[in-house]
Amino acid sequence: MPELGKYAVAVLSSYGISVALLTVLCALSVMRARRMRRDLAQIEGRVRRNG
Amino acid sequence: MASLWEYANPRKFIATSDRVLPWVGTMAVFCLVVGLVWGFFFTPEDYRQGASVKIIYLHVPAALMAINAWLMMLVASLVWIVRRHHVSALAARAAAPVGAVMTIIALATGALWGQPIWGTWWVWDPRLTSFLILLLFYLGYIALWAAIENDDTAADLTSVLCLVGSVFALLSRYAVLFWNQGLHQGASLSLDKKENVDNVFYLPLLVCIAGFVLLFVALVLLRTQTEIRARRMRALLARERMG
Amino acid sequence: MKAILIRDLRLAMRAGGGFGLGLAFFLIVVVLVPFAVGPRADLHSVIASGILWLGALLACLLSLDRIFALDHEDGSLDLLATAPLPLEALVSLKALAHWLTTGLPLVLAAPFLAVLLNLPVAGYAPLLISLALGTPALSVIGTFGAALTVGVKRGGLLMSLLVLPLYVPTLIFGAEAARRGAEGLEYAPPLAMLAGITCGTIALLPFASAAVVRVNLR
Repeated sequence: MPELGKYAVAVLSSYGISVALLTVLCALSVMRARRMRRDLAQIEGRVRRNG
Repeated sequence: MASLWEYANPRKFIATSDRVLPWVGTMAVFCLVVGLVWGFFFTPEDYRQGASVKIIYLHVPAALMAINAWLMMLVASLVWIVRRHHVSALAARAAAPVGAVMTIIALATGALWGQPIWGTWWVWDPRLTSFLILLLFYLGYIALWAAIENDDTAADLTSVLCLVGSVFALLSRYAVLFWNQGLHQGASLSLDKKENVDNVFYLPLLVCIAGFVLLFVALVLLRTQTEIRARRMRALLARERMG
Repeated sequence: MKAILIRDLRLAMRAGGGFGLGLAFFLIVVVLVPFAVGPRADLHSVIASGILWLGALLACLLSLDRIFALDHEDGSLDLLATAPLPLEALVSLKALAHWLTTGLPLVLAAPFLAVLLNLPVAGYAPLLISLALGTPALSVIGTFGAALTVGVKRGGLLMSLLVLPLYVPTLIFGAEAARRGAEGLEYAPPLAMLAGITCGTIALLPFASAAVVRVNLR
């Protein structure tokens, strides 16, 4: 662990906030991508059976 | 010869981006981890700013991507207006939230850095103010996409908003400069080598920038795929209801 | 063209047309400010020009959704769009009508409200000139915002979100000219920039507004 001195709060919270925001963004994107892929496959299957 | 416009075909776009995505994603995570760990643990302190200089590895790449994301949306909007490729409009839509998050990161890290160094979280400095205005433009753009149901109408309206917004964002940038001269230091990076920050900070910073760029590309590819699928799903459902 | 302008003006003047609402809103904003910042007259004279500009801007914003909404609801916008008059001219006329019914009264009312806020004597002329130069830009930009959201039900809030960032340059230069005037400084440069923005928006933005109306009527 590097010595951050009096800037510890600023540096650590910057890294914390940024990493958290990026993680949330990635997680939401991936989750929505998975859901959309699954739903579309399901609907395409249904359409093929019926149509 | 394969032309760039081939990727305007949604099927082709999904097939290609599926192949590329794992690589870009892995590279992005790799660069980000290397750059941030390098920057956080293995760089010396700046003689004036002390350890707070470590924030630069987040602040500068995020700010860079905040602007570049808007530029990418501008280009994609122009392509949509001129050539009517759906993938292009959907890519612009996919990029907007990523750009907004980058803007928030740049603003948040800037405020956290400003507190100990300038003695205040926020000043109405031209750069800070411009970024806040940029964030407002992102929010308006995203809200307009969300508000309109018809996909093509939404794509048309948001691309016009993006064009007009770009002009006004630029105008605001210079208006703000006129309004208040600021505290913010000049560019940290430039092609003129003399003005650059020192090499010790420069190399990890470059790796971080590469990481942010790759992450942006990966996220936009993934989100564009999602938008294409969502659009196709809506079309299929509509056809089902009709038939 | 004249007929459309007169029709729009008449619609706005009629009861429920919104004429006067903007003025009343402007008055209320100015009356509320001293309650919010405290009764110190010296403070009021410092912020007076900024408050008046902000009040005028918000009053303008308030009446924007009337520009197209009524015409869109009763279908007359479709008729106007198919008329021989180019759509660009139509949106310009709409903006002009909005300015005549909202912007101009605000400019004329501003000096009286400035008395309430204790504006220094030197500030009256620059305030009037900057408002007279700036409010047309507010109307034209607002027409673009109204055109964007004409198809959205209850789009008022969305329109505010879209229009307010676009108002930033106009507000900066306008309020800057008024502020410098009130402080007895040179106020020609911001005024020139403001005039530039107004001319630029009047010249170019109707094309964007017309394109957007066309998309919304498709």
